[in-house]
Amino acid sequence: MSTTPSVVHARPGDPVITPALVAEHGITPFEYEKLLGLLGREPTFTELGIVSALWSEHCSYKHSRPVLKTLPTQAPYVLQGPGENAGVISVGDGWAVAFKIESHNHPSAVEPYQGAATGVGGILRDVFTMGARPIAMLNSLRFGSLDTPRVRWLMSGVVKGIGDYGNCIGVPTVGGDVMFDPAYEGNPLVNAMCVGLMREDELITAKAEGIGNPILAVGARTGRDGIHGASFASEDLSEENEAKRPRVQVGDPFTEKLLLEASLELIRSGHIVAIQDMGAAGLTSSSAEMAERGDVGVVIDVTKVPVREEGMTPYEILLSESQERMLVVAKRGHEEEAKAILRKWDLQAEVIGEVIAEPVYRVVEGDRVVAEFPGSRLVTECPQYAPEARESDAIIALRSREPHAVVERAEEADTAWTLRQLLSSPTIANKRWIYRQYDSQVRTSTVVGPGAADAAVVRLRGTNKALALKTDCNSRYVYLDPRMGGRIAVAEAARNVACTGGRPMAITNCLNFGNPKKPEVFFQFREAVHGMGDACRALGTPVTGGNVSLYNENPQGAVFPTPTIGMVGLIDDIAHVTRSAFTTAGDSIVLLGENTDELGASEYLARVHGLTIGAVPVVDLDHEKRLVDALLAAIATGAVHSAHDLSEGGLAVALAECCMGDRDAMLGASVDVSTRTCSTRALLWGEAQGRVLVSTSRPEDVLGTVKAHGVTATVIGTVTADARLVITAGARILDTPLMPLANAYFDAIPALMQRAAMATA
Amino acid sequence: MKFGVVTFPGSNCDVDALHAVTDQLGQTAVSLWHRDRDLQGCDVLILPGGFSYGDALRAGAIARFSPIMQEVKAHAERGAPVIGICNGFQILCESHLLPGALMRNAGLKFICDWVYLKVEGPAPLYLSGYHTGQVLRIPIAHGEGRFVADDAVLDGLEHSGQVVFRYCDEEGNVSDDANPNGAARGIAGITNAAGNVLGMMPHPERAVESLLGSTDGLALFESLLARVGA
Repeated sequence: MSTTPSVVHARPGDPVITPALVAEHGITPFEYEKLLGLLGREPTFTELGIVSALWSEHCSYKHSRPVLKTLPTQAPYVLQGPGENAGVISVGDGWAVAFKIESHNHPSAVEPYQGAATGVGGILRDVFTMGARPIAMLNSLRFGSLDTPRVRWLMSGVVKGIGDYGNCIGVPTVGGDVMFDPAYEGNPLVNAMCVGLMREDELITAKAEGIGNPILAVGARTGRDGIHGASFASEDLSEENEAKRPRVQVGDPFTEKLLLEASLELIRSGHIVAIQDMGAAGLTSSSAEMAERGDVGVVIDVTKVPVREEGMTPYEILLSESQERMLVVAKRGHEEEAKAILRKWDLQAEVIGEVIAEPVYRVVEGDRVVAEFPGSRLVTECPQYAPEARESDAIIALRSREPHAVVERAEEADTAWTLRQLLSSPTIANKRWIYRQYDSQVRTSTVVGPGAADAAVVRLRGTNKALALKTDCNSRYVYLDPRMGGRIAVAEAARNVACTGGRPMAITNCLNFGNPKKPEVFFQFREAVHGMGDACRALGTPVTGGNVSLYNENPQGAVFPTPTIGMVGLIDDIAHVTRSAFTTAGDSIVLLGENTDELGASEYLARVHGLTIGAVPVVDLDHEKRLVDALLAAIATGAVHSAHDLSEGGLAVALAECCMGDRDAMLGASVDVSTRTCSTRALLWGEAQGRVLVSTSRPEDVLGTVKAHGVTATVIGTVTADARLVITAGARILDTPLMPLANAYFDAIPALMQRAAMATA
Repeated sequence: MKFGVVTFPGSNCDVDALHAVTDQLGQTAVSLWHRDRDLQGCDVLILPGGFSYGDALRAGAIARFSPIMQEVKAHAERGAPVIGICNGFQILCESHLLPGALMRNAGLKFICDWVYLKVEGPAPLYLSGYHTGQVLRIPIAHGEGRFVADDAVLDGLEHSGQVVFRYCDEEGNVSDDANPNGAARGIAGITNAAGNVLGMMPHPERAVESLLGSTDGLALFESLLARVGA
């Protein structure tokens, strides 16, 4: 259909378009030329704002898209892959699971409480706009060292923000992961994952359809908060960002709860055809993306949008990121029925536009056209870049250093001292201080909450099945070797899910990196994504969506490259749910997989020696797949009493954790892992991949099942009733009572945070 | 027996309460909307946990004015059973169906955790399935759960057997260490003088299935069934 462009005039009072103004909007001269070509004229101020948002990294993926396209996205049970608000997989019996992870790093860096809270709100909306009821939340957090007051303030605010929002809305926060490293000092990462459940036939997408169908703005009124949040998220952090605090939105979980209930009721009612969150770049992004997906035109009248403040300009209304708002395409003639449902939940809804046949994206202010773009080219013709990628020489040098050459500290003569150092490292230490602030039980389906197993387990009520959920990423590995680190992030998440009895099904990812225009950063991004892809193919876990967060930099440099994995696994029989702690004295302890002499990139080197060096442990993806299968088969025989993955801190830390499941009723362990091929340090603290500790009263059954899958399995010792941990590693013996280990492990984070409370008192 | 679970717009434990009484106890239960005034012939009313109307002002402060609460009050005044759990307890205090108030936790943080409760009473309507001094393991999940009242009220509650649960340790010792939120005298739950209105911060509806870690909350509902009749 041909179309005659409308006459678009600058609004009285709008600034004149100058190169400086264009630059201020983050639009490069190259992109501006492209925009001129698209419009055939100079843009208005309103149009410049729209393009600034839609072509921001956050909305457009302009640096990342070509690399993301290499990820596997298919499996017979994938109902919705990338490109929608959330991915969806079938879990059988007509049930489907929607899930996604998203970052809120930049807002959390300047305003941790609201930044984290609104991150939770945004990811919830992404899931319930698919028609799914949110049933679980997880979060993946990265902070600098807790030794600094600012980091303690950031963590307190982030945790409270996540808790207050999730607790109020009534979705349990069931798990996640937290890592601390000075690399995150000025730039914490806050990634939130939401998992929702629906019947397969309730799936709805955000695709505008049906010429003449009305478009409604639903929920909170539009205010001046969060204008240009998407662009803010697409630049490096600096001192000036403190001044950008007003770009952080304010969350209202109560309104979100109303939106959640109303949206699900609307979707089930059949009165609407599409629904989408007004998230990053608000009305602009939601309406343009909906039109693009439906291959239709839309017209929006900004004077119809309910606003919170007088005198808001079209520019402000279009770019506001006020929270708890949705865009809905209703069926023509069903507006009143839709509004009645919203009224029941005390929510406002106004018709603000219409789906039109004419292939344009048009914004009017009453009679005046204030912005118009041809077709969906605004979204599809966003510039894409293939930046230069080159590995940093400095990182190559770090990786090449020989970890075994690091001289032991004098204290390390006492291996129990070293173990206590590791157990009190905030990355390894117990996270109860954090998760106790989250309601992990509401909805009464949390079978395994935070801290009790390698992944969280949430039952699917009315079935005999459960979901195993985990977020994961050892970013130190990714920093030293992005390809291997990307593989390990997926493999470890899969191992964790399998340890609880779950079959890994699919992942969502949140790719937190620095400035992609730097070749060293883009190299990390490309290689880490390729590594993830390698592992996803080997393990049969497609990527169903995710989020890219770039420019996680501050004047001190970029964060560790952090491709956070959010994995969903399926437990076919609730009887197979397996926890990580030892359960019974006298059980045999079986090691699945093999110890190696690898010590590089370990938490041991970081914690005890302050070093991030050495080769990353090699992950054999075929072995990982066999390990998952072997573990699930062993669990299915009923012989496995506990299963725990070996990760940060290696064998010694994993054994200690298995002993300390219940601080008031600890079980001991006595093992012998002597071998001539590995150094003592590698045996105790090395982080060789592909290993799991299992306890069982039927070791022959476990060994038989595991070996039949082509995985090495060895009985290394016994669970004991006395509260001691004894590890014989060649000439060296670690022999320690558990009490000091428990004190180190359980009290480390509370003690650090207590300092925070005293410092601010 | 027919249970009615009130749903305020910000309730979020309403579905859990419904599941507890239907799936685990095999009773009939309906959801009662906050704007309605029809109790649909329910014998027992539950005010569930959550954030009734957002609770930005004070937990439960607005809920007391809702249409359904006028009927809940009448139901309570008739001597019929009313249970307020967590936010429901806060609403019962705000509505003056129970004495005292729930303040911000002493540690200023929201706490979700398993706690131990010592059964006191007698409060036969709710406790006949337990024995006095029994130690229960039941979760809490609240930011404003510190029960407070003046000493005269607290003395009165104790003397008339209206204190039904106190926080304690695994052995049943009531102490400051075992008190998660700083509640006065370790009080976790009380009844009104007549014994038909129960308010408690811990969540018995989360402790009705061994799959989820405890069945210690079941006997509370079973006591009701035994007294009121199934």
